Amino acid sequence: MSRLKRRDAVTRLLEMRKDALVITGLGTPGYDVMAAGDHDSNFYLWGAMGGAAMVGLGLALSQPERPVLVFTGDGEQLMGMGGLATIGVAKPDNLVIIVLNNEYYGETGMQRSHAGRGVDLVAVAAACGLENSRRITDYVGIKELCVNMHQRAGAIYAEIMIDAHEPRRVLPPRDGVFVKNRFRRSLGFASI
Amino acid sequence: MSTQKTSLTESESWQHEILGALKRSSVEIIAYVPDAGHAVAINAANEDPDTIAVSCTTEEEGIAICAGAHLGGKRAALLMQSSGVGNCINMLSLISACRFPFLALVTMRGEWAEFNPWQSPMGLVTEKSLGLMGVQCFRAEHPEDVLTQLEGASASAFSGDQACALILGQRLIGRKTWVE
Repeated sequence: MSRLKRRDAVTRLLEMRKDALVITGLGTPGYDVMAAGDHDSNFYLWGAMGGAAMVGLGLALSQPERPVLVFTGDGEQLMGMGGLATIGVAKPDNLVIIVLNNEYYGETGMQRSHAGRGVDLVAVAAACGLENSRRITDYVGIKELCVNMHQRAGAIYAEIMIDAHEPRRVLPPRDGVFVKNRFRRSLGFASI
Repeated sequence: MSTQKTSLTESESWQHEILGALKRSSVEIIAYVPDAGHAVAINAANEDPDTIAVSCTTEEEGIAICAGAHLGGKRAALLMQSSGVGNCINMLSLISACRFPFLALVTMRGEWAEFNPWQSPMGLVTEKSLGLMGVQCFRAEHPEDVLTQLEGASASAFSGDQACALILGQRLIGRKTWVE
């Protein structure tokens, strides 16, 4: 199976973000999104492992006209696997879960993840009712996702197969209150 | 196997007022893990065209959903049972680290007339666990307390950016009948 460079894949998707709102899970997916350029409509998790897709769900339900892109890794999505069932039932048509799958827990020393030991998260997502589940192994797939993520034609689970190389860390802001208020301000909401 | 049936013999009118009170607080999204004490509110939320009801597989999902809803400018609340509080601990760091407003309604088990000893370990530390993670607990023991306490918890959560839980006591909810 061919594998993409994580930074290239994420950058190409974000170049086409238009009005999309972005959530990242903890660890390397956050660095990838930050490396593509900080943005007021980005919200970066630095913890709460397993929660990124569910933050995305809450956001997608409250902003149904805007695409919501969640960037996370296979390790985090494994921890939040039940959330795929919750998304499958809630059926937000604007939620796009993008899992960067290197089959390892990169942040903790490159331990092999379940995704590298036979667990097929694409099949899990499809079985949970995310009919737009796909595995992306080339830039044709990235191009298709760039179009599909704006179509709001049903929740998408897109797993991008990436190599296990860990690029230089580009750290997003980790002041959660600041990032939260900045994000909300970008949507026109004041802080208290 | 014994027949499980929930008997709500005590005054249960408060159960019919929960959704309305939440809506008066501008809550539009209700995440839940089912519990008998929340059954009326959950059914009402699912049937209400102006409310988005989200069924969660575990309580921690609901915490993250509430945070995401706030990012998008909507108010959300989480309905859950005391046994689920233990599932929430690390996810509550999301609320704390970002000072998200948070409102949970927690029905109690393991504290009054409990038949199932497996409910007691978590029931005994429900409020302590929430407190350890920075969640302020408001308690209702009598039907007439529920709306006042809910309004207080909701105001502290959404006007004060606090993490708040309304604890609905087991005595308020009533005994669960296990065997006919």
